Amino acid sequence: MNNIGGIQENSGARLQLIKAGLKRRYAKEKIFRTLGITAIVIALMMLTVLFVTITKNGYSAFQQTFIRLKITFDASVIDPEHTGDTGVLSQADYGRLVKKTLREMFPEVKKRREKRDLYSIVSSGAAFQLRKMVMDDPGLIGTTQTVWVPADDDIDMLIKGYIKTGKEGTGRIKADKAAWVNTLIENRAIEKRFNFAFFTGGDSREPELAGIWGAVVGSLYTMFVTLILSFPLGVATAVYLEEFAPKNIWTDIIEVNINNLAAVPSIVFGLLGLAVFLNFFGLPRSAPIVGGLVLTLMTLPTIIIASRVSLQSVPPSIREGALGVGASKMQSVMHHVLPLALPGMLTGTIIGMARALGETAPLLMIGMVAFIVDIPAGIFDKATVLPVQIYLWADSPERAFAERTSAAIIVLLAFLLIMNALAVVLRKKFEKRW
Amino acid sequence: MKYSILIFAIIILSAIGFYSGRSRSSKTVNGEIRKLHSLPGYYGFYVALWCGLPAVIILGIWLAFQSSVVTSIVVSGLPPEIQSLPEERMSLVINDIINLAHGIVVSRRPDEVLLAAAEHYNRLKATGFLALVAVVMSICLAGLGFSMRYINPAMRARIKVEQTVQVLMILCSTVAIFTTIGIVLSVFFESVRFFNQIPVTDFLFGLHWSPQIAIREDQVGASGSFGIIPLLIGTLMISAIAMLVAVPVGLMSAIYMSEYAAEGFRIVVKPLLEILAGIPTVVYGFFAALIVAPFLRDVGSKIGLDVSSESALAAGLVMGIMIIPFISSLSDDVINAVPQSLRDASLGIGATRSETIVRVLLPAALPGIVGSILLAVSRAIGETMIVVMAAGLTARLTANPLEAVTTFTVQIVTLLIGDQEFDSPKTLAAFALGLVLFIITLCLNIIALYVVRRYREEYE
Repeated sequence: MNNIGGIQENSGARLQLIKAGLKRRYAKEKIFRTLGITAIVIALMMLTVLFVTITKNGYSAFQQTFIRLKITFDASVIDPEHTGDTGVLSQADYGRLVKKTLREMFPEVKKRREKRDLYSIVSSGAAFQLRKMVMDDPGLIGTTQTVWVPADDDIDMLIKGYIKTGKEGTGRIKADKAAWVNTLIENRAIEKRFNFAFFTGGDSREPELAGIWGAVVGSLYTMFVTLILSFPLGVATAVYLEEFAPKNIWTDIIEVNINNLAAVPSIVFGLLGLAVFLNFFGLPRSAPIVGGLVLTLMTLPTIIIASRVSLQSVPPSIREGALGVGASKMQSVMHHVLPLALPGMLTGTIIGMARALGETAPLLMIGMVAFIVDIPAGIFDKATVLPVQIYLWADSPERAFAERTSAAIIVLLAFLLIMNALAVVLRKKFEKRW
Repeated sequence: MKYSILIFAIIILSAIGFYSGRSRSSKTVNGEIRKLHSLPGYYGFYVALWCGLPAVIILGIWLAFQSSVVTSIVVSGLPPEIQSLPEERMSLVINDIINLAHGIVVSRRPDEVLLAAAEHYNRLKATGFLALVAVVMSICLAGLGFSMRYINPAMRARIKVEQTVQVLMILCSTVAIFTTIGIVLSVFFESVRFFNQIPVTDFLFGLHWSPQIAIREDQVGASGSFGIIPLLIGTLMISAIAMLVAVPVGLMSAIYMSEYAAEGFRIVVKPLLEILAGIPTVVYGFFAALIVAPFLRDVGSKIGLDVSSESALAAGLVMGIMIIPFISSLSDDVINAVPQSLRDASLGIGATRSETIVRVLLPAALPGIVGSILLAVSRAIGETMIVVMAAGLTARLTANPLEAVTTFTVQIVTLLIGDQEFDSPKTLAAFALGLVLFIITLCLNIIALYVVRRYREEYE
């Protein structure tokens, strides 16, 4: 009896002890849980901050400030001898037409310094625009046309509110320039329009003329090379390792290799490309073919690993069924297993391609950082790619390039989003539960 | 362009081979397919392989070696006084010739010899292409004709085709090995050449890094110094800052996701976190350089700290954000792999969830978590764009995260960007750095994979 009472007393005391500790323990539990939520909130907040700042900085680059000029296509400037020859037309000094118009718009400007300031409110691309108009339609010569030409990037930034007019001589925009812009605004001769040049142009030293089309085309060529090399190679490797390979030291070496390659820093692949493809094989620098080769080697492990997972998920009964009706091993794989595994392989490939599309570092090594104005016409042409273009613009000091960099990032992220969405849709559509 | 036409021609010929092989095989048995060893399609594939495969192989070899062969022929045709130039001058001359050949006007007035050489180059390329077309087409046709003659009902076409396909697959799977060999060789040989000029010990234990080599002998700092310790410190500092951000955030979110979160929450939040991993690094670099770094500098100047605009802190913080999903998804897998019985037992004796996690799950999952952190460190060390855009260029031996430091990857990029002569220690140093980087990350990965594998086996 005594003994039992002792236990009861004892357990009662223990219960007391436990109850006393419970509050503290529950508090701890709550803190722990809050920490978990905080971590997720922090991560998601970073994501939001990233997207919001990029969008906030970048969306304005989809518009560009244009200035309305009443250009008189003076025959004495363009084609004084009335030859009508295209050579003469393309050599003419169209800048003079622009300058003349500006002088007429602001007749009070007399001093040479001031005149130079006045000319600089219009982009140097204006002259090219006029030239193109005349080359397309020589009939314009002698007429007067209202033309909208892009404003200089400083004016563009002023209109968009990124830079303020400084006190006399301090800011980038001098007071007299600001006054001219105000006059233009009053006359409704300056306005923001959709920035076609950004989507159709190549790179340029002038922010108002710089576009991403050259880089997009370069990216497309590079991705094309990467896709046609890495998809067959990756799928073949995965099929061999998963379906045919005997378990021996060689296949083990291959597997360890693939896993290690997946974790090698991308810049090392760039060194490989530089030493092997450029210096040993003598392939051209800055060309999409070399970029594609380097990215192929980089994305191969991703594709192989995804393809193997996809092959593993095909149930053995499919293989056995095929073998049972007399198919050869190769036939059972090619006719039955591979078609079932293909959607998963495609998903892995798309994800690998998305990674390759955003890759920058190895491409710097093989010279895709060159300043290239022309739109590349083939995989052996000099080219740059979208992420490298972003890197180049981010390095440029002009304020207008910061805006364009963000806009280029938006375009790049849009591409990546589309690719990943495609991968998700593919997976959803073809996902099979066995 | 012209090469794609050639490839297209090979494909067309192979297709023709396929159809003619197929129809030929069924003709040999007068349409009684039962009498054939294989299905007619396999005879078609047999012919197509004979037609296309050798041609593609020849084409590949040709493309790989064409430009170096053409260049060496052009060089051997140059006058002896140019041929005797030192190697780096020679490569400039070759560059000029190629530029001239492509019609790019070099700034200097091109001299007669180079113009002739450029013409020679263009001629060689043109004749080379014609020869290639002739060779490839004749190989195609020869393969087609040869294999067509072999078609008879007893030929084991399927076996032959399947064997060929299998050999092709084996070749494909060796690409991974060749890539590794290529990396090791390319980095290794250039490094050996570098160490011939700079002693290994100076490189590994030197405290100064200034790769600029003066043009004149008597200039200050005439010989560049190549000590990697400052780079190592910088790399480790930035990686450490990144880990300080990524490990707590990543690990806690993984724990919350796998132990607390409701299914619906998981489905929404997990892909959102993975978006962070899918953002290109150049975007993070831009974010670090143009948004985080100025922000930190402003905050620093308000509280009286002098923060460099290329501080290690900015680069590290942003790199940490990038690595969060990496740690969280790996740790999530690891925690999920801990057997449910351990959880049930711990909860059953009255432990709270957090106690279960801290006292039972984390110790059980520790090797896996350590493995994932090691993988993340190796990724942080090899990360390039963020540091190139946000970290500094000058190597400083400092422990202050508010100062600018530089890393291995930054130096590799700065040494190799732009025009380079290929034999100066400056460019070779980049390869030596690459070798160090490769070895460090390889060791980390091997250890991490080993730890993770050991851990997985324990619970399987």
